[in-house]
Amino acid sequence: MRSLHILLAGLALAAATTTTLAESHVDPAIAGAIKARQAHMQLYAFNLGTLGGMAQGKIDYDADAASTAASNLAALAHLNGRAYWLPGSDNASVDGTKALPAIWADGSDIGAKAAALVEAADAMNAAAGQGLEALQAAMGPLGGACGGCHQSYRQSNN
Amino acid sequence: MRVILRWFKYAVGLGVIAASAGLWITRPNPLPETALSSVTGDPIAGEGVFAAAGCASCHSSPDASGEARLVLSGGRAFASDFGVFYAPNISPDPTHGIGEWSDTQIASALLRGVGREGAHLYPALPYAAYNKMTLQDAADLIAYLRTLPSDQTPNKPHDIGFPFNIRLALGGWKLLFERSDFVVTGDLTPEQTRGRYLVEALGHCGECHTPRNALGGLQRDAWLSGAAIPGGNGRTPNITPAKLGWSEAEIVEYLTSGFTPDFDTAGGEMAEVVKNTATLPIEDRAAIAAYLKVAPAIE
Repeated sequence: MRSLHILLAGLALAAATTTTLAESHVDPAIAGAIKARQAHMQLYAFNLGTLGGMAQGKIDYDADAASTAASNLAALAHLNGRAYWLPGSDNASVDGTKALPAIWADGSDIGAKAAALVEAADAMNAAAGQGLEALQAAMGPLGGACGGCHQSYRQSNN
Repeated sequence: MRVILRWFKYAVGLGVIAASAGLWITRPNPLPETALSSVTGDPIAGEGVFAAAGCASCHSSPDASGEARLVLSGGRAFASDFGVFYAPNISPDPTHGIGEWSDTQIASALLRGVGREGAHLYPALPYAAYNKMTLQDAADLIAYLRTLPSDQTPNKPHDIGFPFNIRLALGGWKLLFERSDFVVTGDLTPEQTRGRYLVEALGHCGECHTPRNALGGLQRDAWLSGAAIPGGNGRTPNITPAKLGWSEAEIVEYLTSGFTPDFDTAGGEMAEVVKNTATLPIEDRAAIAAYLKVAPAIE
């Protein structure tokens, strides 16, 4: 019985040490930055869920709900995220992110890609309340703008 | 002693015969000159084949977008376990492109992996998939390629080390790994059959989504179950029914807009693929989805 206690205590200690070590690898500022931008992405996805659901006919078109989601999306696109896209927060430097070092490398066109997203999100914001067809037409360019960044600057899935 | 010497001579002789037979069996096998005589290429139909076969994704200049994707100047680099391949110029330029190639020569490259000079081509060109392309589609595609803009960018030689730089050996690779039969067999609906053709032949999806053995041959028993991306940028996902839980409508949506069911988007090379699939008729995207549902489930 006593040996079991010692074993459990040892395991707990080992687990605690491992956790501390793993966390101590990442600078808290970097870890916080990664968390913030992943939350930003979640908000895109949530609002896109409303627009995309309508575009695909999974939920009924509702001009008010569509406009709200589109205006959220545009606001998100306009946010200045520079503070949480920190150099050194790429997937070659730290765990827990798929952001590729190319974002920060010479010749990166991340600024142009971000501008393209703003443009597509503004277009969606103008279209979403104007009927289902207008919303559907704005969906493709919006997806293209999301994909533009993910193609060059995000590690592939799985 | 004399007996041993005689046996030695036999052994050497047999070795030479075996080697010659091996070279003979694995020699480049281009299409016969008359292969396309029964079909007439239609460039309009060829535009669809071009999109389904994803030619621009590899042969346009690096980072080309929009109309520039139709200038097939080559130059994109493809890392592999064997070295770096550079996509060649396949624009109609007579010097640097394929303007002087005959239709049969182009078709031989696509369907047989044999270049204009009669040498084996590297399977970076997915002829192990394109070999299932119909002659009509090949003729249409070639007719369309001839309508595209010319470009004078010279080809960049592949950066391949010994022994993989020996093209003769590619005959052995073809013998071992190039298959002209489809992976998915059995009773398929017309839609599933069309999907199989788009996935296994033109779309060459298995080239990235199927794991390879040490010599770069596709592991057909692990068809579409995901693979490491050469160059170290993650893995392609398993898209068999064991792992891809999307409905057919959701697959169609992904191949149209790039959005996943939870509104992430296609990234990496798949973003290029979606640019192509988005231009296909919706029936073709639905066919791909129908096929993926009947592909073997592999954990």
